[in-house]
Amino acid sequence: MTYHNTQATEEQLQYAAILEKGMYIGLALMFITFALYVLGIMPSIVPLSEISTYWSTPVHEYLVAVNTNFLHWEHLPTGWSWVKLIGYGDFLNFLPIAILAGVTVLCYLVIIPGLFARKDTAMAFMAITEVLILTLAASGLLAVGGH
Amino acid sequence: MQGKIKEKVGMLFVSLMCAIMLSPAWALATEATAMNPVPVAAGDADWWKWPVILLVVTFFMGIIAVLGGVGGGVLFVPIISGFFPFHLDFVRGAGLLVALCGALAAGPGLLKANLASLRLAMPVALIASAMAIVGAMVGLALPTHIVQLSLGGAILGIVAIMLTAKKSVIPDVPQADALSSALRITGIYYEPTSKEEINWKIHRTIPGLLTFIIIGFMAGMFGLGAGWANVPVLNLMMGAPLKISVATSKFLLSITDTSAAWIYLNKGCVIPMMVVPSLIGIMLGSMVGVRLLKVAKPTFIRWMVIAILLFSGLKAMQKGLSSMGISLF
Repeated sequence: MTYHNTQATEEQLQYAAILEKGMYIGLALMFITFALYVLGIMPSIVPLSEISTYWSTPVHEYLVAVNTNFLHWEHLPTGWSWVKLIGYGDFLNFLPIAILAGVTVLCYLVIIPGLFARKDTAMAFMAITEVLILTLAASGLLAVGGH
Repeated sequence: MQGKIKEKVGMLFVSLMCAIMLSPAWALATEATAMNPVPVAAGDADWWKWPVILLVVTFFMGIIAVLGGVGGGVLFVPIISGFFPFHLDFVRGAGLLVALCGALAAGPGLLKANLASLRLAMPVALIASAMAIVGAMVGLALPTHIVQLSLGGAILGIVAIMLTAKKSVIPDVPQADALSSALRITGIYYEPTSKEEINWKIHRTIPGLLTFIIIGFMAGMFGLGAGWANVPVLNLMMGAPLKISVATSKFLLSITDTSAAWIYLNKGCVIPMMVVPSLIGIMLGSMVGVRLLKVAKPTFIRWMVIAILLFSGLKAMQKGLSSMGISLF
């Protein structure tokens, strides 16, 4: 491990490379999926002409209204349930958002073996803990309740 | 001559923006829509106007954020929640994604240039991201008027920090503390202004890390991003050089905001029709802002940002109080 020059460490460069790729893929996909949605190329669950009537309500009321008016599911569309609706333009847009929010986990996973190999144990365990925290947040297990 | 004209145009532009944003007419014009949500049953043929207005406003916000040296999130949440018809739940979700994408866009370059330090960010991110989850969950569980009121208080607190916090380009750190030594949180970067290699280390690691409990919580609760707090703590409390603090703070948001963004995403607080125009607006505005940096006067812009935040903070408090039947003005 070299700390006596101005170059970034090996794990930092690895992390940056993955972050950069994920960011470009996520942003490019976001523009594409939004175009498919807003130009009406793909159908949407909530019609474009009605979306403005939903965004001024609290999220719980919004979810109830969307479920009651369009989905008719037994549960509200929270957590990863958007995956089931990925064929619709409005929910397809969640895919690039999930990529952008998920790339950090991948970055951490990539650097963990190197940290262990360099006997940088404290940082390696920190990286593992961070992965667990982010995975818990992403899992949807915490998406219960709401006002 | 041409330079002077450019400067005047730049000043005129930012003055106009400031006047528009601070104008009571603007506030009153948006008040009716913001306070009286459109009934859910009715469709709207002009649905496209709000995303377009959002795109235009976030474009200017992106310019101001770059010129004022603040993140997009800290301007986005108070302004959009104060003056647009969107509910605070969706504004916070969009605000986090705006801050997250800004951090993701800047992060790789800052890491490669060794200005953002992964070793400094990792322990800080661990605490901040865990607390951002807690903040997001608390923020989404509390009644809206309480969050709105707290947001107003937080924004006014940020204004106080911006007015009082000093900066130290290269803080004096006589000796690294035991924890930062054990974690080898140190580095070297090249400072082109002095043509020197700066060997930096940090101290007060434990108090600094504990401060990120509060910063992470607030970032998650209000969807603000947290550059306004990250930089003073990294720079003044922990003793990282200003450039390292600014760059690490920006990169740090890509981790902190990720955890909170997942909570908002999983709770359904993301409406693509709000998020994507905001992201496009902020990104385009930031590009223009970088070009305008050459002609704009930083001191004036900084005061303008403070004025906008002050007004937005008061507006958020007023909205929160009026929901409780209390009139502020």
